[in-house]
Amino acid sequence: MTTVGAQPTTTPQPAAAAQDEPILSVRDLCVEYRAAAGIVRAVEGASFDLHAGETIALIGESGSGKTTLGLGVLRLLPKSGRTPRGQILYRRRDGRIEDVLKLPNEELRRFRWQECAMVFQAAQNALNPVARVWDQMLDTVRAHRGARRDEVRERCERLLGMVQLEPQRVLHAFPHELSGGMRQRVLIAMSLLLDPQVLILDEPTTALDILTQRAIIEVLRSVRAELHFAMLFISHDLSLAAELADRVATMYAGKVVELGTVRDIFYDPKHPYTLGLIKAVPPVAGDLFEISSIAGTPPNLLNLPPGCSFHPRCAYARGQCTTDVPPLYAVAAGHASACHYWSEVQLSRKVIDARSGSLLPAGEAVPSPGEAAG
Amino acid sequence: MSGQPLLALERVSQVFRTRQGQVRAVDDVSLAVEPGQVVCLVGESGSGKTTSAKIAAGLRRPTSGAVRFQGQDIWRMDRNQFRGYRRAVQYIHQDPYASLNPVHTVFDTVAAPLRHHGLVRGHAETLRRASDLLVEVDLTPPENFLFKYPHQLSGGQRQRVSVARALTLHPLLIAADEATSMLDVSIRVSMLNMLKRLSADLGVGFLFITHDLAIAKYFAWSGHIAVMYLGRVVEYGPTPTIINAPRHPYTRALLSAIPEPDPDLTRHRDRLQLRGVDVASLLHVPSGCSFHPRCPLSEQGLCDVLRPELAPIDPRRDVACHVVAREKTEKVVASHPEGAACGPEVVASHPEGAACGPEVVASHPEGAACGPEVVAS
Repeated sequence: MTTVGAQPTTTPQPAAAAQDEPILSVRDLCVEYRAAAGIVRAVEGASFDLHAGETIALIGESGSGKTTLGLGVLRLLPKSGRTPRGQILYRRRDGRIEDVLKLPNEELRRFRWQECAMVFQAAQNALNPVARVWDQMLDTVRAHRGARRDEVRERCERLLGMVQLEPQRVLHAFPHELSGGMRQRVLIAMSLLLDPQVLILDEPTTALDILTQRAIIEVLRSVRAELHFAMLFISHDLSLAAELADRVATMYAGKVVELGTVRDIFYDPKHPYTLGLIKAVPPVAGDLFEISSIAGTPPNLLNLPPGCSFHPRCAYARGQCTTDVPPLYAVAAGHASACHYWSEVQLSRKVIDARSGSLLPAGEAVPSPGEAAG
Repeated sequence: MSGQPLLALERVSQVFRTRQGQVRAVDDVSLAVEPGQVVCLVGESGSGKTTSAKIAAGLRRPTSGAVRFQGQDIWRMDRNQFRGYRRAVQYIHQDPYASLNPVHTVFDTVAAPLRHHGLVRGHAETLRRASDLLVEVDLTPPENFLFKYPHQLSGGQRQRVSVARALTLHPLLIAADEATSMLDVSIRVSMLNMLKRLSADLGVGFLFITHDLAIAKYFAWSGHIAVMYLGRVVEYGPTPTIINAPRHPYTRALLSAIPEPDPDLTRHRDRLQLRGVDVASLLHVPSGCSFHPRCPLSEQGLCDVLRPELAPIDPRRDVACHVVAREKTEKVVASHPEGAACGPEVVASHPEGAACGPEVVASHPEGAACGPEVVAS
């Protein structure tokens, strides 16, 4: 599958990204976990390209395999996990291309953080509670390269400044002295210490308050503009993808079921699951839309339905869907959907109450959703 | 609505004593829920929403102020009256993994209140009532769920069991504390739609707590929203008014900070910039208006000295802000066209909802000049 760099005009690309070669190219990646009940395929045949300076969002519900895919790229899977198939091709700064799955241990250790860094979910637990921020940052640098203390200091201060923290205050603090949002920003700064080309973020704003989320989003945006790294972030929050992503990949039951530019995905989704996700999220601004859930529940990965694994929940499913696994069909340049009937999928939303509802005089009742819809 | 509210908090405060000092988690909050109505409490963590809901549900006795249920102070009720109140007001906790007893089956959980209040006679009737309740919360067919333990259920199913338990006693009001925030997107929606249906079909009132304004908008569109900050209500009004034309700078900041599931909209909207990111500690609540250190409208000598009271600024809403309140009086006196910059007409004409962006702040330079007189008045 080829992915065309048809970027939305809203996200300027750094000049370096002009070359077409992706920096990270995941090919047919599978990840399995050994469980008591059998072998679970958590990721099945995932393929995507991440270009320099580009941001891809992986979206999907819990259990869709997005975190596993993120961990798989760094080979950080727990002991029960393995990758029976696939390639993770990484292009180094000197143009050499390597398969991450084949890196020997020491090179893998260097690859992590120096080439590809990760900001883990739950910032509260990702920092060492008994070490000051400065010591953790210094350790990180020293584990990878010899560096003079004052050079490290300078880099730390610059990065902390970039994430809107006061270096003097934060460097000497213990993690418990910082708020959740501050810890998350410390982690972002730390992940960038060794100037990686790729940054993977797992649920970077989950469990943070709205104004703190906003601060993290703005920080990520400005740091990315300054340092030009590529970003792969994992989130169940569609709005975050709408804010930050150039391209979006929807995952369902371990598979990438749709891949396209952020505008493709949000304005013209061509997979019923993406459509379902979008219709399940109420916007705050504008009209009051009806929101609807996706019927049924996510499948058991040990016992996937035959054919398209989404078919038992899908309003478009028929004949072929129960027998043939849909490949990723090319819908348009750079937009692919794993749905046999993608051409029928059309986003439309029912408006319960137009925002002019706010103009009703004080005493007048706003019609209840049922009446207005009818 | 005429008549007395179903439940009312009257100038309720809750002070916690901690080793570091006193924490005023809820500070002088008044709220009322009419029968069958939805009131949403929104705010960030530490704003006092959960404590307020617990006070409303009688799970916590406030340090001062009164909680009235159908006009009667619940802490002065006799045993029988209090029992009646407890039956009428139910609480749904945030975490469905912690709020169900892990060694009780779904049936045990749902049957306990029925038996305790003597609403059923015999096993067969209990079973029938429990099954009906499970159907009510879309756990169908009920036989598949009745004898399961919480660990055999998903988060969404557990939360439905919590709702079924809350419905056992035909409550008039349900206090739901972030009942949907731990659920996945799609499950959250079916849960919300179910709660909306209960509210419409059974006429149950809701005190609905959420940090998510999109959820508040959807769930409480025909009800009211109270925005809380550091233990106080800073803005209160009908949901469409608050969501589409917020006036308090904190509400405006919150609403403009929300990422929208719409790339063009969310990347190009104007946002109200606050002066500080971090919420003050409840141990050291700022003087005057507790929002003033972060507020772009803050005026020295006014906002940092005098605490604004929650007061009506138009027939539809109450706001606790000196600057907004003064703009309102100026508007009335001079019938100033720009004074209404945040009014509904601007919002309606502005499809991106950017009406309350920073330019509004900038457009009131006169406002800053007349600070001192207002203090005097």
